[in-house]
Amino acid sequence: MQSNPAQEKNFYQKASGLSRKTKDRMVIILFLFPALIIFLLFVIYPIFRSAYYSTFDWKGLGEATNNIGLENYRKILIDTVFQKSVVNVVIIIVLSLAIQLPAAIILSTMVARDLPGRALFRTIFFLPYVLSEVNAAIMWMLLYNPDPERGFINGILVALGLNTVNWLADMNIVLFAVFVVLTWKYFGFHMLLYLTGLQNIPTEIEEAARMDGANSFQSFWYITLPLLSGTIKTSVQMSVLGSIQQFILVWVMTKGGPVNASEVMATYMYRFGFVRFQFGYGSAVAIIMFLICVIFSLLYRRLTNKPDYLTGL
Amino acid sequence: MQSIIPTPRWMRKTVPRFFQYLLLTITTILIFVPIVILLFGSVKTTGQMYSHPYSIPNPPNWDNIIKILSTPSFWGMMKNSLIVMVSTTGLTVFLCALVSFVFARLEFRGKNWIFNLFTVGLMFPINVAILPVYFILRQLEQFGINMIDSLMGVILVQTAFQLSGNIMILRGFFTAVPKELQDAAYIDGCTNFDFFWRILLPLVKPSLAAIAALIMIASWNDLLVPLVVLNSDKLWTLPLGTMQFQGQYSQDLAIVSAFVALSSIPTIIFYFFAEKQIVAGLTAGAVKG
Repeated sequence: MQSNPAQEKNFYQKASGLSRKTKDRMVIILFLFPALIIFLLFVIYPIFRSAYYSTFDWKGLGEATNNIGLENYRKILIDTVFQKSVVNVVIIIVLSLAIQLPAAIILSTMVARDLPGRALFRTIFFLPYVLSEVNAAIMWMLLYNPDPERGFINGILVALGLNTVNWLADMNIVLFAVFVVLTWKYFGFHMLLYLTGLQNIPTEIEEAARMDGANSFQSFWYITLPLLSGTIKTSVQMSVLGSIQQFILVWVMTKGGPVNASEVMATYMYRFGFVRFQFGYGSAVAIIMFLICVIFSLLYRRLTNKPDYLTGL
Repeated sequence: MQSIIPTPRWMRKTVPRFFQYLLLTITTILIFVPIVILLFGSVKTTGQMYSHPYSIPNPPNWDNIIKILSTPSFWGMMKNSLIVMVSTTGLTVFLCALVSFVFARLEFRGKNWIFNLFTVGLMFPINVAILPVYFILRQLEQFGINMIDSLMGVILVQTAFQLSGNIMILRGFFTAVPKELQDAAYIDGCTNFDFFWRILLPLVKPSLAAIAALIMIASWNDLLVPLVVLNSDKLWTLPLGTMQFQGQYSQDLAIVSAFVALSSIPTIIFYFFAEKQIVAGLTAGAVKG
C-alpha cells in the first residue's frame, strides 16, 4: 500500500490539534494493543512456558525443580504408545486424503453444476459440520452399539444375514470406525471449499473443451482439476492439520482405546497432562505436536508456494 | 451447452442426471441416518428403545424431553453456553476488526513482524495448546486473577485462539474495500479512526456477520476449553454437560438421545438461519488460490 507523500502532507495540515502522525500512531497502538495482549498471554507465552516445563519431571504440585533435560522427549519418542498414536494419525491423514477429499471433489462437481435442488444438497451435506463434536460422537455411539437389538448398523448386518461387528471395541476396526465419523462430520466442509473453487472457474473454459470434443471425464481431469489445484492445496493442508489435532471425537467415543488402538497424539497428551498429571511429560508432548504443525506448515508452504490462509482451526 | 457429439438429447441430459441424483440421495441418506435415529430415540420411552430401537416412534413419547426441559441444570447449562458464546463472539469480532483494520489499511514499522506473530496462532491450535494454556491459567490464579473454574477463563482462552484465523479472514475483506474510498475520506478531513468507524465498519457488516457466525458455532460447540477450565457443575456449558450426562446415563439410551437432541436443536436452527454467513466466512479465508 503506497501513499502519496504530497497528498499526505496536505492531510496533516488539515488535522486539528495533535499532528496527524501522532494520531495515526495512537490509532495503531490502541487498536493492536488489546488483541496483542490476549494473544501473547494465552497463545505465545504458553509455548515458551511449556517448553520450559518440558525439561522437568514435574507432577504439578509446587514449583518444578527436578530438571531432567531432554529425558521427557527421549521417553516419548521410544514409548510404543506414542509411536502408535503417530501411526494412527498418519493413517487418518492418508485415509482422509485418499477417500474424504476425492469424495468431496466428486460430490462438489455434481452440486456445482446447474442441478436443480443443488442448494438443498449443499445445506444437507454441510449440516454435520455445524453439529458439536460431542453430539456427533454420541450419535455415532448409538449407531455403533454392538448389540444388534440396539445398534442400527449391527441391526442391518444381522438383517442381511451377516455377523455383527464390535465397532468401537475391536482393536482392528476401531480406528476405521472413528474415521467414518470424521468423514461424516468433515467432508461437507471440504465440499464447500471445492464448491467455492469451482465457482471461480469460468464455465466457458469447460464449454470450449467440450466443443473441441472432450468428454465430460476428460474435461474434468484435464481442465477442472488443474484449475482447482489452489483449492486442493488448501483442503489438503486443513485436512492434515485437522487430523494432527483430532481430539474430541476420539476422546468421547473411545478414550483412545481399546488398548490404545485408537490413540491419537492429542489424546495421548491429554491423558498424561490431565489424567495422570505428569505435566512435564505432557508439556513435551505438546511441544512435539506444535513442532510437527510448524514444520508441516512451513514445508507445505514452501512446496506449494501457497500463502498461509486458514480458517476455523 | 451445445455438444457436437450426436447423442440423443434425453440421453445426454437424463442418464447422467439420474446417476447424479442417485449418488446425492445416497449421500443424503448417510448424512441423515445418525441424526434421524437420534431424533427417533429422543421421543421413545426406555422400553420402546429396547423393543423397537430404530423404528419410527409411534406415538411419540415426550416424557424424556419434558423431563430434561424441566430440570434446572439443563437451563443452567444453556445459560452458561449462551454467556460464553455471546461474550466470546462479541470480544473476538471487536478485537479482530481493530487489528485487521490496522493490518489492511495502515503502514508502520514492524507491521510484518506483528502480522507473522499472529500467524503462529494458526500452527498452534487449542487442541495442541490446551495443556500449556492450563499452566498459564494456574499461574494467573496465583496472581489472584480468577481464571480457573470461571466462565471468564473460558471466554478469554476461546477468544485468544479465535484471533489468528479471523484476523486473516477480516484482513482480506478489509483490503477488498477500494483504496479510493479511504483517500476520499481523508481529503474530506476524516481521521483514521473516523474512516474506520463511520465508513469501513458499516461497509463490511456482512463480513463481520460472517466471522461472528463462525465464532458463535465454534464457541457453542467447544468442549475442550470448558472441560479443562470448569470444575463446578453450576458453570458447565452444554457440550460439557452432554458429555457428563452421557457418562452418567450411558445405559439409558432413550434419555441420552433426548438430551443430545435437545442440545443439537439450537445449532441446527441457527444453521438454517445463518447458513449464508457461515459459508461466506468459511470460504473467504480458505480459498485464496
